[in-house]
Amino acid sequence: MTARATEPTKKKKWAPWSDPEAEPFIRLVDVSKRFGDFLAVDNISLDIYRSEFFALLGPSGCGKTTLLRMLAGFEKPTSGRIEIDGVDMADVPPYERPVNMMFQSYALFPHMTVEQNIAFGLRQDRVPRDEIARRVREMLDLVQLGPLAKRKPHQLSGGQRQRVALARSLVKRPKMLLLDEPLGALDKKLREKTQFELVNIQEETGITFVIVTHDQEEAMTVSCRIAVMNQGRVVQAATPTEVYEFPNSRYVAEFIGDVNIFEGRVTESGADHAVIGAPEADCRFRIDHGISANVEATVWLALRPEKMVIGKTPPEDPTVNCISGVVWDIGYLGNLSIFHVRLDSGKTVTSIRTNRSRETELDITWEDRVYLTWAPGAVAVLMT
Amino acid sequence: MNTGKRPVAAYVDRQASTPPGGRLESVHRAMMAYRVYRWFALIGDKFGISGQTLVIAIPFIWLLLFFLAPFLIVLKISFAEPLTAIPPYSQLWQWDGETLAIHLNLYNYIFLGEDDLYWRAYLSSIRIAGISALLTLLVGYPLAYAMARAPASWRPTLVMLVILPFWTSFLIRVYAWIGILKPEGLLNLLLSWLGLIDQPLTILNTNTAVYIGIVYSYLPFMVLPLYANLEKMDLSLLEAAADLGCRPIKAFWLVTVPLSVPGIIGGLLLVFIPAVGEFVIPDLLGGSETLMIGKTLWSEFFNNRDWPLSSAVTVILLGILLVPIVYFQRQQAKAAERA
Repeated sequence: MTARATEPTKKKKWAPWSDPEAEPFIRLVDVSKRFGDFLAVDNISLDIYRSEFFALLGPSGCGKTTLLRMLAGFEKPTSGRIEIDGVDMADVPPYERPVNMMFQSYALFPHMTVEQNIAFGLRQDRVPRDEIARRVREMLDLVQLGPLAKRKPHQLSGGQRQRVALARSLVKRPKMLLLDEPLGALDKKLREKTQFELVNIQEETGITFVIVTHDQEEAMTVSCRIAVMNQGRVVQAATPTEVYEFPNSRYVAEFIGDVNIFEGRVTESGADHAVIGAPEADCRFRIDHGISANVEATVWLALRPEKMVIGKTPPEDPTVNCISGVVWDIGYLGNLSIFHVRLDSGKTVTSIRTNRSRETELDITWEDRVYLTWAPGAVAVLMT
Repeated sequence: MNTGKRPVAAYVDRQASTPPGGRLESVHRAMMAYRVYRWFALIGDKFGISGQTLVIAIPFIWLLLFFLAPFLIVLKISFAEPLTAIPPYSQLWQWDGETLAIHLNLYNYIFLGEDDLYWRAYLSSIRIAGISALLTLLVGYPLAYAMARAPASWRPTLVMLVILPFWTSFLIRVYAWIGILKPEGLLNLLLSWLGLIDQPLTILNTNTAVYIGIVYSYLPFMVLPLYANLEKMDLSLLEAAADLGCRPIKAFWLVTVPLSVPGIIGGLLLVFIPAVGEFVIPDLLGGSETLMIGKTLWSEFFNNRDWPLSSAVTVILLGILLVPIVYFQRQQAKAAERA
């Protein structure tokens, strides 16, 4: 441990978005898209960096697919500017953009074989015949579909079609690959496996990936950064850990993972600490860092279920953050147990415990009075 | 101890678990409301014919009664000799109580082979029908394409407009073309008024008029299957083509056209098959040089009253048309397999 600590870290963290010098690869400036009366994309500005795996995450109808289609060139922004590698894309039709897209429906050409589907893009660029054959072969190897090269799409399984679609969109070595819910049609096991494959392929090729998904786990697994979207706006764009541990709003906190939210009122606000009263929890939340809200301001406290420790005895130290309630419901998942605890105020709080030891019966059961404690840094204080 | 009884739980009695209609139970049950069907079902049940078989049998019985039986009669007449009698042909077989005499007269077929008028009429019909079918495709494809890409709310109206001419008599519509195409007709008036011609064009009573007539009359048969095909095409395929660097016009040839091949074949056959035997259009719009088998058949039947020869002409015509029909059927089966 000590040896490693003294050594200067060789592995520099790759985070171009926090480097003010870094040149963004894709730049969206005040982009809006209106369909009739409906504002699908509302004044979005985003920078995406070279070789980044960027996720657009949000519920259906939040404008993420519209944003992707504008990058591909299938929709024109109503206002604003899109630049890819420094070139304004306003008047560039989709067939001249250096991007390729993997469609949600895969959109494989049903009258062509796997090989012909993959070769289609290269044919359009009049790549020499032997080079097409070589690159198609490379792609087939990459997605492990060599033996199925002569099949037609309708002879393939969903997972195989998905690979063909991926190969077809990668074979032209685009500057950017757009993926529209690429794993939506796969079952859970295959989806999880494919997520890691996508990451590997992205790392191997170094192509910038922009993925649209409504599945937060998928976004967290594959991406460098996530833009959480709601009603045409980007609410927060940050790394998966930041989005999860440091959400900037109740919307983000609730959209990603499970969370307990308490309304609170600031009673003390110092430079390095704060105290917030939460009547719902019958508790004074002690925070170990300064917050930007003044005394008497209303804030929201977001507490993740796994951040709490559940116990049957109250903590000895009275300054430890603690709320107490009665176990209302228990969900036993094998690896985890989920406790729904009803507080005295009537509010129900969720707590998760890892089942570390093997027991035939849990030590905590229904109707037990339990005490939930957490570290002062575990709570996210949200202004909105 | 063997009592001869079936074991109770070893298997489920299929007879009891399968409803009489099988997979077509709902159709079977609906049909039971009709008395005739109930009779059939009752009789069928006696011979162990299930409701499912009966439901499937109905279209076959229909074809048997209204297609195969008349065809067999025509086939029979084609082997007879023409007579001046009622009916105007000889009987195929005679039974005098002891001997069954069958007279198979093959002369009609031999005559058809010998007289080159008929072969020329067949070939000319196929040529005219083939060219007309291709012309109909040229006119119908853009029409069907525009319909399929029109806003969804317009489409039913557009389909209605394509079908609308069927509400007027076919004969009257072909007659109307005489008024348009004749030397002092609307077309010539328009062209001379525009100053494009100073002598009226001779269109009526030529093959050109026949082409115009067939293309006009059979256009809906081309447009509807093409429209049905183009309308259900997945438009994301065109986006995928554009995304991969394909210009829209090229994407049309590389994606839209290959995917509409079943519609093209369907439309071509639906125009070609009836056009081969077409009689009204060549008779009204065609001239003396227009040789079509339908017209020959007509004059053989009504002017010469030679029923056996005209039956032979029909049998051969059917034989010729069977080739594209079988091809069409196989294409359909292939398409169904793919879907």
